[in-house]
Amino acid sequence: MLNFIINILSTPSILVGLLACIGMVLQKKPIEDVIKSTIKTIVGFLVLSAGSSFLQSGSLLAFGDLFNYAFNMQGVVPNSEAAVSLALNDFATSTAYIMALAMVLNIVLARFSKMRYIFLTGHHTLYMAAMISVLLSVAGLNGVMLVISGAMLLAFMMCFSPMICEPTMKKIVHTDQLGFGHFGGVGYWLSAQVGKLFKGTKSTEEIPFPQRLTFLRDTTVSISLTMMIFFLIVCSVAVGRGILTADPEVILASYPNLGGLLNVGAETQTNWIVWSLTSGMSFAGAIYIILSGVRLIVGELVPAFRGIAEKLVPGAVPAIDCPVVFPYAPNAVLIGFLCSFVGGILGMIILIMANANLTPIAIILPGVVPHFFCGATAGVFGNAEGGYKGCVLGSFVHGLLITFLPALSMFVFSNFGFSNTTFSDADFSALAILFGNFINMAPGLPVFILCAVVYFAPIMMYVFSRKKKPAEVTEEEEAALAGR
Amino acid sequence: MKTIRTILCCCGSGLGSSMIVSMNTERALSSLGINGVSVDHTTVSEVNVNSADLFVVGKDLGYVFKDYPRVIVLDELMNMNELTAKLKDQFAA
Repeated sequence: MLNFIINILSTPSILVGLLACIGMVLQKKPIEDVIKSTIKTIVGFLVLSAGSSFLQSGSLLAFGDLFNYAFNMQGVVPNSEAAVSLALNDFATSTAYIMALAMVLNIVLARFSKMRYIFLTGHHTLYMAAMISVLLSVAGLNGVMLVISGAMLLAFMMCFSPMICEPTMKKIVHTDQLGFGHFGGVGYWLSAQVGKLFKGTKSTEEIPFPQRLTFLRDTTVSISLTMMIFFLIVCSVAVGRGILTADPEVILASYPNLGGLLNVGAETQTNWIVWSLTSGMSFAGAIYIILSGVRLIVGELVPAFRGIAEKLVPGAVPAIDCPVVFPYAPNAVLIGFLCSFVGGILGMIILIMANANLTPIAIILPGVVPHFFCGATAGVFGNAEGGYKGCVLGSFVHGLLITFLPALSMFVFSNFGFSNTTFSDADFSALAILFGNFINMAPGLPVFILCAVVYFAPIMMYVFSRKKKPAEVTEEEEAALAGR
Repeated sequence: MKTIRTILCCCGSGLGSSMIVSMNTERALSSLGINGVSVDHTTVSEVNVNSADLFVVGKDLGYVFKDYPRVIVLDELMNMNELTAKLKDQFAA
């Protein structure tokens, strides 16, 4: 019996299903809704794992091998979905526990500190939980310690990231009742600071700009297009270096995932161009499957989280995913994407030169998804502070940032088999680099203490400010209670 | 026109903002006293004209839906008043 319970509590899909179940029961939903949510969440997790194995066997591993063969370098496609699906292979249980506990701790932090944000971007909570699981296990933590410290760190980020975006967010949406919840916060903050250099410039929305690039918002299309181009370029270089004429046995010995390209054991011979195109699109297909899984999980957890949080935290500010700012500046969205992408290409060239002349470093390819979503957001933030000039330069700097940060964070992640893909958005890599360095200096218990300090500091500050000036804070709280 | 039985809220990846919009839509419907309408959310990759009777998107994605018969295009994605008013218009039509 005990074995059975332990087995349930360590099977990630069932564990996540249980969370959804608890969330629904706490909201006193009818039994049929409880069953529906629980099952959809479990199925979502299984779909996610299926996407993960299809991603690896269908394209990702082959791409890594091929890049290595063609250029003698490590090529990395930054894609958070791909990175998460790999992390979940080994860290699914701790990820699920961290995510659950962090949601509870987010409510506590929002209630007892000045940061009243409830982080409603569920997929980013999941991704960050996975990233932190990997990070802290590199730090030598495990079991309960890992879960508690990870959850404290994640809950802190769930309030901190909206907080640093708050000043610019207020200028975009003209209200302080709406928070910004997307773990690219460091990048958007930077873009806003760059934008401030051009105060008073005309807004992007006052210049005409063609909207046709909007079709790239469709992630399946944009991932397919870029991955087909990446595969074609890398594959043509590999073919130029004679990969098809060499002995397949020899090549497979050092690059085991290229069987598809070399037609090993296949009846029909696939041309390398056809292979590149289908591999590129199967990368997009795998991300599509992973996203469907994530959508099933998040779609059941977040409404419960929101319902409970709104009851417990008076004056809670919901922190919403990045497209929330897009309708306020559709031109800045497209200009931001283009400039961020240009920054990404330039950043990649700089990395290639650094790799050749200075030190071996991973080459971060410009992924369209991070540049579209994060670059576009950086554009909107830059525009809000400094018009079209702020938008152009802010998102360009952001593009450089989300190229260099992942390159540096690969030193931390490569220990865990993240050789061909990594987390794309700024906060993930920034946290990994900050913690990665601390971890090298002091692994184990100090990391746990650091997480606790980070989490409890805002609460302490709030409690002390209350003791010093009780009248003022009460007023604030009354206003919060009455107004929101 | 056909009665509205299904509403689909859409965004780029169908994960974050469209889900919040769909929760808001459910709240707005119940405040208008409208029952029996299913509200869901997804990505723009997945939709076509027949996916739902009514679509809800932000202004930045209005371009994708310009040929659809029934669309609510929101100027402010999280503005409950705007959403409720536009839903009321759609159900009155």
